[in-house]
Amino acid sequence: MEILMAIVVGILFTSAVYLMLSKSLLRIIIGTSLLSHGAHLLLLSISGLKAGAPPLLGEHAADYADPLPQALILTAIVISFGVTSFFLVLAYRAYQELGTDNVDQMRGNEGND
Amino acid sequence: MTLLHWAIVSPFLFAILIPFLYKAFRNVHTGWFVLLLPAALFTYFFQFISITRNGDTVKETLEWMPSFGINFTAYVDGLGLLFAMLITGIGSLVVLYSIYYLDKKKEQLHNFYVYLMMFMGAMLGVVLSDNLIVLYMFWEFTSISSFLLIGYWYHRERSRYGAQKSMLITVFGGLSMLGGFLLLYLMGGTFSIRELVGQADQLMTQAFFLPALLLVLLGAFTKSAQFPFHIWLPDAMEAPTPVSAYLHSATMVKAGIYLVARLSPVFAESSVWLWLVGGVGIFTLFWGSFNAVKQTDLKGILAFSTVSQLGLIMSLLGVGAAALHYTELDDNIYMVATLAAVFHLINHATFKGSLFMVVGIIDHETGTRDIRKLGGLMNFMPITFTIAIIGAFSMAGLPPFNGFLSKEMFFTGMVRVLEMDIFNLDTFGMIFPLLAWVGSVFTFIYSMILVFKTFTGKHQPEKLEKKPHEAPLGMLISPIILASLVVIFGFFPNILSERIIAPAVEAITPSLIQEGYEVDTHISFWHGFTPELFMTFGVILFGILLYLLLPSWKKVYKWIPERFTLNSFYDGGLIKSERGAQNFTSGYMTGFIRTYLVYIFSFLIAISLFAMWFNGAFAINLEEVAPVGIYEIAIALLLVISSVTILFAKSRLTSIISLGAAGYTVSLFFVLFRAPDLALTQLVIETVSVALFLLCFYHLPKLSRHEERMRFKLGNALISIGVGVVVALFAISSYSSKMFESISKYYIENTHDKAGGENMVNVILVDFRGFDTMFEICVLAIAALGIFSMIKLRLTRRDEG
Repeated sequence: MEILMAIVVGILFTSAVYLMLSKSLLRIIIGTSLLSHGAHLLLLSISGLKAGAPPLLGEHAADYADPLPQALILTAIVISFGVTSFFLVLAYRAYQELGTDNVDQMRGNEGND
Repeated sequence: MTLLHWAIVSPFLFAILIPFLYKAFRNVHTGWFVLLLPAALFTYFFQFISITRNGDTVKETLEWMPSFGINFTAYVDGLGLLFAMLITGIGSLVVLYSIYYLDKKKEQLHNFYVYLMMFMGAMLGVVLSDNLIVLYMFWEFTSISSFLLIGYWYHRERSRYGAQKSMLITVFGGLSMLGGFLLLYLMGGTFSIRELVGQADQLMTQAFFLPALLLVLLGAFTKSAQFPFHIWLPDAMEAPTPVSAYLHSATMVKAGIYLVARLSPVFAESSVWLWLVGGVGIFTLFWGSFNAVKQTDLKGILAFSTVSQLGLIMSLLGVGAAALHYTELDDNIYMVATLAAVFHLINHATFKGSLFMVVGIIDHETGTRDIRKLGGLMNFMPITFTIAIIGAFSMAGLPPFNGFLSKEMFFTGMVRVLEMDIFNLDTFGMIFPLLAWVGSVFTFIYSMILVFKTFTGKHQPEKLEKKPHEAPLGMLISPIILASLVVIFGFFPNILSERIIAPAVEAITPSLIQEGYEVDTHISFWHGFTPELFMTFGVILFGILLYLLLPSWKKVYKWIPERFTLNSFYDGGLIKSERGAQNFTSGYMTGFIRTYLVYIFSFLIAISLFAMWFNGAFAINLEEVAPVGIYEIAIALLLVISSVTILFAKSRLTSIISLGAAGYTVSLFFVLFRAPDLALTQLVIETVSVALFLLCFYHLPKLSRHEERMRFKLGNALISIGVGVVVALFAISSYSSKMFESISKYYIENTHDKAGGENMVNVILVDFRGFDTMFEICVLAIAALGIFSMIKLRLTRRDEG
């Protein structure tokens, strides 16, 4: 299973990087979202996906899934959400002010820096 | 702090006072106040002669950074004292001269004297420091104050050019010298020159010896204007003449000489030292004197002449190092070179200082320094003419002046090179007397040009800005004193030998002194019909001949085209390196975010793959893996499809919805992998994110009209596939090579008993690792505040409205 997950994560990263290399600001942000999905799945799968109960003591199981990576991922999800929403509003404001969402046109003026 | 330390730093302290004196006493020339200090210092250092002539030394230590072995150790021996007296003595004369040279109404005197005092203190520090780091500190102070003095008339472009050039070259040398000092410290374990000299034999055998030698010599050669670093000195002539007389003839340019002499006991046994110091010196002598003849500016002649004379002293120090290899000789015939170096050092300071002052007077009284415009000044300026003739004849090496004596000793030293049988000197040593003789012929020629083209010949009043007349008496005092010294040392050289020269020579060759060798410093005026006497006859004969035939062979200088000169090489190098750096930067800094991302990702791929391959880190272990279920395969397919759909989507709406699909699939994964909290959070957050994306999409109406599919780019595709492959390989190999058990067992066992909870993930988030959660809340708060202010704060709009 982990090998399969590794390949899936690789495909997610490939798409994400390809999107990040594009010109449109919106696509770049979609790319970063996809990248964070890949990272979360990577965290989960390299810590092991062996069977076991959900990490709730009420289950009274002999074996539980590892709770630590889950806590880490939960933190990461919230942080990437915060950053993504900030990026989105930034893109929205950039479009309002500059009238473009093409990053190639956002270079500032030569000699103006 | 002892009196000696106060003496060294007193010019710096005095420099603080100068601006106040300048402001308070506007009617008095500030130079009069300044004059007191170098005069007092000179009398103070004069008293040390009685100590050093007996071979005693004075050493006073002031702790500065004892934990690094860096202490302000003042050390007075014959060599240091000689330099200290030159610095303060000529310093007093130069200050006196500058009082009459610089106008108190037109010039910014406070700047001038602050820089000059800084320089004087720095030079005293260089020659009286025993600690290499302190020496280096003062060394850079001389570079900085020299830079300020050359650029004193900062509104002139040539001054700024000269100042920058000298700064770049001397600081380049200074830095490499620091490198040499650090290597010496690594080898000897001390920064003290005394202690390094004591370990000279052990240092010889170490691996860093040669690099240290080369780096230190680079510093000395740049400072003392040796070939090919001499090019800054002629451009430094843009400084006021007192500065040229002081810094660029008598003191600063001799700092390199001082360094070579001071570190001779450490390095001199090496053949590289002898050949480099001697060889570069003798070539500089020839090159400087050869080029001096072609100059038309009086200060230009003197600048190249200084270069040439410094080469002379340097070559003598190099050849003098041979004395160390012949300790068995009863009368060490090679000591004469070191002796001549010290003697000529004093002589050069006297006659070159007076010549610079003479040129300053001519400039001051006629308005030009161009020898093509000058001529026939003898009748207008008899005193100046007398001083000039004494200085120039001494420089040319004519009797009865002191230059004659040191030039004879110079020839003696060079002729004796032929008798050496070490370091291939018996075969290649011939170049030393040869270049010495040719250089001396040219020295004779430019000395004659200096005097006779200026003071004799036809007077050309129409070309001069002012009507020439004799300089005021105050301006003449300093050159008269120096010229009298030239004559006195010429007739009575032995008043110097016992008191000053012998202790200095002992300081340069301490190992010979310890072996009981006595320095015979008696300088005889007449030493019989020796080869060197006939060489002098030859110099005079050929010099007169070539001087008279000057117009017919002067076109020799046109053989070297302008673009092959060292100056054009320096200028071109400077421009090319600036352009090159600019092209390089604008070449890779394109301003496109995509380019930078490409760099980052390419390095990520390259470094990860290389590290994995180099360390053999890739591993695959199928024993530990969990079984693959049908649901997982289905969901994995769904995730892959939705993520790839984004790439091929034509409309942005499709890509947003596909992203949402991917997010929900991820939460399905969390369900499958038994992570209920993650699944919940992921569902909620994905919903909000997609809503935000849609909001953003909705507010970009113009863009939605001409949507287009992403164009396929092979480079981007290769890079993204590379990143994906690297991540997948990394995931597989890191899973396959687990080093130790997870620490999660602790959480599972203690969640209930110690933390009082059932949900392990939540207990970890708020109890075991609550700090993470606190700052994650901060992140959300900052994001929310950021978004709010981004929307509300419209400073540009307000300005426009």
